[in-house]
Amino acid sequence: MMATRAARKAKKATRRPASHRTWALGYLAVATVIFVVYQYALPWEGLPLPIYDFLQLWLPPTSINEALVYVICALGLNVVVGYAGLLDLGYVAFWAIGGYCAGWFMSNFFEQWNFHGLSSVASTEPGLHINFWLVLVIGGAVCAFFGVVIGAPTLRLKSDYLALVTLGFGEIIPQIFFNGEDINGFNLSNGTKGITRLDPIPTGVKDLGPFDFGSKFVIFVLLAALMVFISLQLRRGRLGRAWLAIREDELAASMMGVPLMRTKLASYAVGAVAGGIGGVAFATHVDGVYAERFNFSISIFLLAMVVLGGMGNVWGVILGAFILSWINSTGLPALGDTFNTQFGTDIDFPSFTFLLFGLVLILMILFKREGLIPESRLRMVLHEGDADEEMKPAHEEEK
Amino acid sequence: MTQAAVEKVAVRQYKGTPGQVRRRRIELTAGAVLGSLAMVWIVTNIINSPTQFAQVFILGFRNGLLYALIALGYTLVYGIIELINFAHGDLFMLGALFASYFITVWFGQEKSNLAGWLTFLAALIAAMAFCGGLNILIERFAYRRLRRAPKIAPLITAVGVSFILQFVGIKWNGSTPRNWPKVLPQSEFTIGGVHIAWNTVILLLVAVPLLLLLTWVVTKTRQGKAMRATAQDQDAARLMGIDVNRTISFTFAIGGALAGAAGLLYQQTTGTTNYNLGFQLGLIAFTSAVLGGIGNLNGAVLGAVLIGIIQGLNDGLPIALGQKWSQTVVFTILILIMVFKPAGLLGKSTTEKV
Repeated sequence: MMATRAARKAKKATRRPASHRTWALGYLAVATVIFVVYQYALPWEGLPLPIYDFLQLWLPPTSINEALVYVICALGLNVVVGYAGLLDLGYVAFWAIGGYCAGWFMSNFFEQWNFHGLSSVASTEPGLHINFWLVLVIGGAVCAFFGVVIGAPTLRLKSDYLALVTLGFGEIIPQIFFNGEDINGFNLSNGTKGITRLDPIPTGVKDLGPFDFGSKFVIFVLLAALMVFISLQLRRGRLGRAWLAIREDELAASMMGVPLMRTKLASYAVGAVAGGIGGVAFATHVDGVYAERFNFSISIFLLAMVVLGGMGNVWGVILGAFILSWINSTGLPALGDTFNTQFGTDIDFPSFTFLLFGLVLILMILFKREGLIPESRLRMVLHEGDADEEMKPAHEEEK
Repeated sequence: MTQAAVEKVAVRQYKGTPGQVRRRRIELTAGAVLGSLAMVWIVTNIINSPTQFAQVFILGFRNGLLYALIALGYTLVYGIIELINFAHGDLFMLGALFASYFITVWFGQEKSNLAGWLTFLAALIAAMAFCGGLNILIERFAYRRLRRAPKIAPLITAVGVSFILQFVGIKWNGSTPRNWPKVLPQSEFTIGGVHIAWNTVILLLVAVPLLLLLTWVVTKTRQGKAMRATAQDQDAARLMGIDVNRTISFTFAIGGALAGAAGLLYQQTTGTTNYNLGFQLGLIAFTSAVLGGIGNLNGAVLGAVLIGIIQGLNDGLPIALGQKWSQTVVFTILILIMVFKPAGLLGKSTTEKV
């Protein structure tokens, strides 16, 4: 019994995992198919109505784009949680900062100033108007700054303290925006009313407004691909190996000469940049920023996405983000509508998101800690010290 | 070098590496600056409106006691298994809901008369038992398996449990705040122009004995000794014949019971419940526990009372940021403590040395 189990384990270990190239090609293929279907096949008049309705109900273009924004942010959180093993519970702060960067620099909000930076908006419009692509950079940079500011003093502490400081940070930042209508007479964020009507995205060919789902889909897919590329490159490089070393054993890593503070701070900053980019993208997706949307549950949703997909594996995280974001934005409401009309009941399905996300977190951690698409190294680390392995001496495990 | 010179060098006290010395100096300066700013603020307000100051001070003190009951749950659990139990605040919320249903729906008490007070006492015991039992179940099914897992695993589970409890809260309470009749006397008395509600006194009469009882349990009883031993070293405690699992369950039960009591008291003094109550008050209570030094029981109470007073002053005084910045003030305190004095007021150093 023991022998066969060990043999099976060994066989499993020798099986080559699908390479990143396969996954990347798959990602691009799926993205292309979705783009072609929605851009060219969907408006087609000849399509039977039931199919059209079905797609509109179960897979509307907005939900796909929203899922992509979640993918961008989840990939950033994956660098912090999955690679470096630090728990960040205030990720929504970066999302909010990125969003408000878009709100400030791409709208008529600051009427008292007039500045145009490579923007396609008419120069008579008041307010700050900066090119979307530059705002992405600005949002990322501002978030990186805040990430370093908040990370530098706290990363020295135990990891669970970091979770709490980030949680506090994730509460303060949205509250500042929420109350920011009148800070000594200065309107920072327009309070609960939010900032609406953002500039279109200039692409050189045409300007993309809020309803150009197809073209924005391409932009979001490319941004997500950029994040995947950055994640994979970093993971392979010196920094990524240092992160993994810290995740697995901080003491051993520092003895091997890995500078703990700087390495952790780098992961935190990279995560923050992704959060900022995601925030800018989300602001253009919903054509505005609203303070009350940035609440604690977003941080937990993102964490659940990373945990479900597989901490440390970018492809798993993308899958997890897609599944959970779709369930949250479309799946549950659509299921509720169908179920309620079918059976004449009146069950509020969207209210089950809390239960669902809570269960995802608990069950995944208890029973499949490495996620749907596990990262091979993480599995070993995460199951180290499990109750059933505790009794066996370490060298027997190796055989 | 002469003998005397060597002795002189040896006698000079070691004050840590230059980095540590510099850090301590920064901490002291920051503490002094913040402290003096706070003093200026308080003194200005006392001169400006003394009765109002006393008023909000008492209100803040009352809230502080409430926070103390919750903060102890965090600090007990952290002390014994080094887990930040995110779900604890939501347990408090469920305690408040349970108490509301117990008094108003199941026993139909709405007036402050003898029957109402007796139901209040019964609800106190019932809510404590309910939350204690629930906390034992949570520990058994969500945390016990993960005791030897990497630290990030139980933390994530705790967040998940918190979400599930909030879901129960939404289903039980509804997604909007709900008002309840209070069975405690609503009248107030006046000392020197300061109004004090009777329910503040009752809260004091319930909370202080509970805190004393807890101190007695932890310091004087056999079970308390087992708790302290387990907190120090689980393996050694097991070798000494202590049932570690039972001790940890017992700790969760005590923490939960205090949260249940806090839930009842909160519901009876404010008269409202909401499903996200646990998240807000839980974070404030956690901040209190950290301010006092997490893992330290007296520290949790001290921190909670301080936070309650600071929050009360900020919310109620004319020269202050006001209620809408209340949470920002509390979390800024949290971040400042983490940055400058992570050990808290009464705790020991928490930076990992190994």
